Amino acid sequence: MGDAEIIPIGTRGKPGRGTGSVKPSSSARSLAPAPKKPRQRPRADEPAEKAAEQAHETVGEALAAPPEPTLRLPEQRTPAAEAPAARPAVDHRHPTPGIPAVDWLSGFTTAAIEVFGDNWEPRLAAFLAFLRRRLTGDYTVDEYGFDAEITERFFMTAIRPIADKWFRIEVRGVENIPADGGALVVSNHSGTIPVDGLMTMVTVHDHAHRFLRPLGADLVFRLPVVSELARKGGVTLACNEDAERMLKGGEIVGVWPEGFKGIGKPYSERYKLQRFGRGGFVSAAIRTGVPIIPTSVVGAEEIYPLVGNVPSLARLLGLPYIPITPFFPLLGPLGLVPLPSKWIIEFGEPIRTDVYDAGAAEDPMLVFNVTDQVRETIQQTLYGLLMQRKSVFG
Amino acid sequence: MGRVVLVTGVARDLGRRFARQLSAAPGVDRVVGVDISPPRGDLGGVSFARADIRNPVIAKVIMREQVDTVVHMSVLPSASVGSGAAAKELNVIGTMQLLAACQQSPDLEHFVLKSSTSAYGSSSRDPAMFSEDMDARRVGAVGFVKDLNEVEGYVRGFARRRPDVRVTTLRTAPAIGPSLSTPLAAYFKLPVIPTVLGFDPRMQFLNDTDLIDAIEHATLHDVAGTFNIAGDGVMMLSQALRRLGRPALPMPAFAMSTFGSAMRQARLTDFSREQVAFLTYGRGVDTTRMREVLGFQPSRSTAEAFEEFAMSLEPGVVSERRVRAAELALLGALGGARDRVAQLASAAPGPTTRQGGELDG
Repeated sequence: MGDAEIIPIGTRGKPGRGTGSVKPSSSARSLAPAPKKPRQRPRADEPAEKAAEQAHETVGEALAAPPEPTLRLPEQRTPAAEAPAARPAVDHRHPTPGIPAVDWLSGFTTAAIEVFGDNWEPRLAAFLAFLRRRLTGDYTVDEYGFDAEITERFFMTAIRPIADKWFRIEVRGVENIPADGGALVVSNHSGTIPVDGLMTMVTVHDHAHRFLRPLGADLVFRLPVVSELARKGGVTLACNEDAERMLKGGEIVGVWPEGFKGIGKPYSERYKLQRFGRGGFVSAAIRTGVPIIPTSVVGAEEIYPLVGNVPSLARLLGLPYIPITPFFPLLGPLGLVPLPSKWIIEFGEPIRTDVYDAGAAEDPMLVFNVTDQVRETIQQTLYGLLMQRKSVFG
Repeated sequence: MGRVVLVTGVARDLGRRFARQLSAAPGVDRVVGVDISPPRGDLGGVSFARADIRNPVIAKVIMREQVDTVVHMSVLPSASVGSGAAAKELNVIGTMQLLAACQQSPDLEHFVLKSSTSAYGSSSRDPAMFSEDMDARRVGAVGFVKDLNEVEGYVRGFARRRPDVRVTTLRTAPAIGPSLSTPLAAYFKLPVIPTVLGFDPRMQFLNDTDLIDAIEHATLHDVAGTFNIAGDGVMMLSQALRRLGRPALPMPAFAMSTFGSAMRQARLTDFSREQVAFLTYGRGVDTTRMREVLGFQPSRSTAEAFEEFAMSLEPGVVSERRVRAAELALLGALGGARDRVAQLASAAPGPTTRQGGELDG
């Protein structure tokens, strides 16, 4: 029979893809008769009766499943109708003319040049190698879990536009950050959520070309996702052991001694420094003999003006506060967009601690004095910067 | 006359291997292995005494054999023994009995306790690296952390009562090795590895032969005190899983404990509360004292120890070989593309350089 030559190997004459054992695609199904029916047909000994029965079935089906095409009338379902449906499929097996392979290649090359620049090939190879190293775990983290590669490539790249374009951060006193060796960056804290920490991190990285290693509250390490990102970004727990260990290791450590009192203070108390913890950061600096760099951040207070708090809910969730800003629960997720205030970050003149002897860290009076000195310096700088600032969004 | 060493917990693989290795060490006359059940493997030159350390019989063994060194290696997490209560019975009461027997023995000169870095627990308030003078930030009412702290407390008490005995405590990081089966190894052998959603713990490992060497070093060298023993460097759990090429299955912390008890009932791996805490917050220990005071240096870092373990396993779905193959295939295709385009460009009429061709393409 001629029929047998037409049917290609593997599809058993059914249009669509595969070996015939799998379900044909939806487009193939609309072309061909439903697979169920042909199987029923061979059983039919009395064609007339069967046709009536099938007509019945189709009506029932059409009622049950309206989206099914009504084209499928029983009289069309003959072997002759199946063969023409199979033939076009055979024709399509030939290589499609479509877009030539060379065009695909040149298109890809153009795209690669767009993304990676003229020198795209080594760059793309480097990028693939980077992906491979990440996928196979072939990278190192330091003992705090800090992943310098991912921080530089992703975190900093993600934060940088916000710092440059949204908050238009103006940086002063970068020369006060030492090029090598340990230092303790002490800053005011504000803004409801610690955006100022991220911005200080990216500022130190971009201007002083060093990684700022922040000290975070234990809440940071209790929260899922936040904890993971924090460790990878170089944060460690704000405790004396970690602070001293990092400073001894020659890192630039960032600390926000006001803690939740600072970021969670109402908008009416903006730029008024809260108590500076218990001065633990000063004793850590004295013990390791590193300079303290008082840092003042202006602008962070206005990003989420905190006008209210839900203490009962906060207690329930184990959080220090649930912020209410003019936009936050009101506008939903849109209220999470920080206001584009103009930021100034000033790194002050370093306060040296290597002049004190080793026992000085145990002298509470001295520690309080140095703490006060740092606090006053930051407060005065804040007032000075506020005077210079033309407007909140200037 | 050489030393006579009593080693507890020789039924376990690590204890048995340690006892065997020690019996071959110079200066050691005899090694007596003690455990409730006989060891599965070959003990070599070690003489085995089937005794329960919770029983005063152990005092008789120490007296009769004139033991001068006791290495206490049978403080184990509940996963290796059965229930938590049974583990406490073995760990705490067993240690108390053993110490009571040791205190009466006039020949005793050295006592070495193999503790674990689990003694520091795992919590969100942990410092990045625990040094030997720090305590666990959170000790549960029951469990292995509590057991370990009690055991170490008793050993410190013993050191005070018998100042003539040199007491050394080794807090060892989780041991890992190709032939070692521990709950942690069973965890890494799961085809899909459950992790705690949103947390990526830091981990340190110690190669199993390094662990044995460390205990031998502490047994034979006269250095007293408490020491953390771990391979250099830390690894994130995500990194470890990627090196294994096994997919992670992140699940919320509360689901992890439910899942854990199911896994435990299926005897697949240990998911005790402490294990879940470890998989959430991780742990790092400072090993400065190990290197400078004890004078021991593990032959393999954390990453190398893990690598050795990973080599012994069947690579997972996302194995390094496959990733490399994919990278090469991609690069090959792109390199081919560059050549093809350059060819076409040079074949095209008009003077175009290769670079120009690329740009045109």
